[in-house]
Amino acid sequence: MHDVLLIPVPEAPMTAYLPVFSYRVPAGFPSPATDELEGLFDLNSLLFRHPDATYLVRVAGESMSGAEIHAGDLLAVDKHLEADHGHIVVAVVEGDCTVKRLERRGESWWLVPANPAFQPYQIRTGEELHIWGVVTHVVHELLPGKLTALLHSRD
Amino acid sequence: MFGLVDCNNFYVSCERVFQPRLEGRPVVVLSNNDGCIISRSAEAKALGLKMGEPYFQVKEQLQREQVQVFSSNYTLYGDMSRRVMHYLGATVPGVEIYSIDEAFLDLGGLEQHLTPYLGNLTDLAQRLRVGVKARTGIPVCVGVAPTKTLAKLANRLAKKDAGLDGVLYLDSAQRRTWALGQVPVGDVWGVGRQYAHKLTAAGIDSAADLSRVSEAWARKFLGGVVGARLVRELQGYPCSGLAPSEDGTLRRQSISCSRTFGRPLRERASVLGALSAFVARAAEKLRRQGDLAHVLTVFISKSRFGPDAGGHSRSAVLTLPVPTNDTRELTARAAQLLGRLWEPGAVYVKAGVVMAGLEAPGGQQLGLFGEAAPLAAGAAVEGRSAQMMAALDGLNARFGRGTVQLAAALGPKGGGPVPWKGQAAWRTPAYTTRLEDLMVVK
Repeated sequence: MHDVLLIPVPEAPMTAYLPVFSYRVPAGFPSPATDELEGLFDLNSLLFRHPDATYLVRVAGESMSGAEIHAGDLLAVDKHLEADHGHIVVAVVEGDCTVKRLERRGESWWLVPANPAFQPYQIRTGEELHIWGVVTHVVHELLPGKLTALLHSRD
Repeated sequence: MFGLVDCNNFYVSCERVFQPRLEGRPVVVLSNNDGCIISRSAEAKALGLKMGEPYFQVKEQLQREQVQVFSSNYTLYGDMSRRVMHYLGATVPGVEIYSIDEAFLDLGGLEQHLTPYLGNLTDLAQRLRVGVKARTGIPVCVGVAPTKTLAKLANRLAKKDAGLDGVLYLDSAQRRTWALGQVPVGDVWGVGRQYAHKLTAAGIDSAADLSRVSEAWARKFLGGVVGARLVRELQGYPCSGLAPSEDGTLRRQSISCSRTFGRPLRERASVLGALSAFVARAAEKLRRQGDLAHVLTVFISKSRFGPDAGGHSRSAVLTLPVPTNDTRELTARAAQLLGRLWEPGAVYVKAGVVMAGLEAPGGQQLGLFGEAAPLAAGAAVEGRSAQMMAALDGLNARFGRGTVQLAAALGPKGGGPVPWKGQAAWRTPAYTTRLEDLMVVK
């Protein structure tokens, strides 16, 4: 923001002779090129309870495949919702974000995968469980499209 | 009654939301082109790193202390700012976005409604602080006081004193007097470095001292009516209200327009045509919210499947000598930037422009050579430019978008926002705005 780079601007006359059209172009007709989707097609306001507090994240790995959450899927994560027993959450474990089901078993809390190949993680006494957000929606591609392409592209 | 909400170490906080492992570690964010430090975590401040220090001067210290360094990622900061501001706007009666990480709140008349059911303004401010943190992960402090200047001062103290829990409400004369005594005169909102020198030389060291000078003295030594107002504000008499945007919506921090082309383009004239159309759209939005832009960014993207596998997007940023919202000026500048980015023989699939560093007219600094009107010589140009642009917007509003445009603008119509990579060594992904850049969870 502080680097001023002076670029010589040619002294070409900037006058432009503008055509004036004699017929009306209908204003207000929804153009496919409008910058923001509106109303019906805005999934954010349509689906999310707190759009401004909802973040999309991508899934890697199959630790939640039993809950129909697969590698490459998009998750909508609401940071505003209070996490509770049974919710699928994004939690911070040792500095990394992971998606698991939050379960209370007796006196202790667990982060439980939905795939027998993965181990549940117990929140140890004195360890602070940092919930990043609560998963509210899964976007799963049925026909290979952008998400599938992203999964196979080397990021 | 006013509130001031200020995000703590905003840029660093944004980075930490998506990299929780950085919590508790020293982090700094650098300005454009990785020039200087513009945001520091508490741990980085404790290491003695200063705001605005050039990176190359502290490079070794940063490595030695294992400080995490980031390039600025305005895409991310802009979106997180939007989320913070929207929440505030939905929660209190009036909001004035003061900068990317600060907002004034109008809390007038709330006190009487709050008391019986909801507690006092301290409780409300505390709820806002917790709410922003919960929704965005960004820590904020809130100052509440009868004037904007005092709200700013209260916010400052709330930041410094951990015992206040991020909120300070100057609800009584005693508390106001105490707060004024805590703040050096140079830290008062609106007192610049030169005035601070002047004031301390005159024996006025604290905000409390300044609040006790006479109006005549303030007028004489503090720049006339501005100084008098400042002193009145410190005494608790509001002299300025909120300055929200005219249409009551939240003003944008930056305005962009970008598209994927209908078909890949090889000719420079075609890409320039597209860019001109994007500039026209963005400048229209800029004028609609009555702002001028300081910074213009142009980016162009090559096909991923082109001959070279290197970076497929390139961007160039220009800080304008004089901020503007004139389509003609911005188009000329964009054409210059395109010239810097253009690679003959390449095939381009996307382009876009971003206008940032927005401010309302009136406060802009003149260029070094007094070039208030960069387009042509002549004092009347400013007014004529505004007239010309108003006529342009009027015609397009009446007859449909794009009825009248610069001859250069013959833009194709296409898809949504364009991903692009800046030229910064440690820039994090656009975690919240770009499909390819979303945070990954296992």
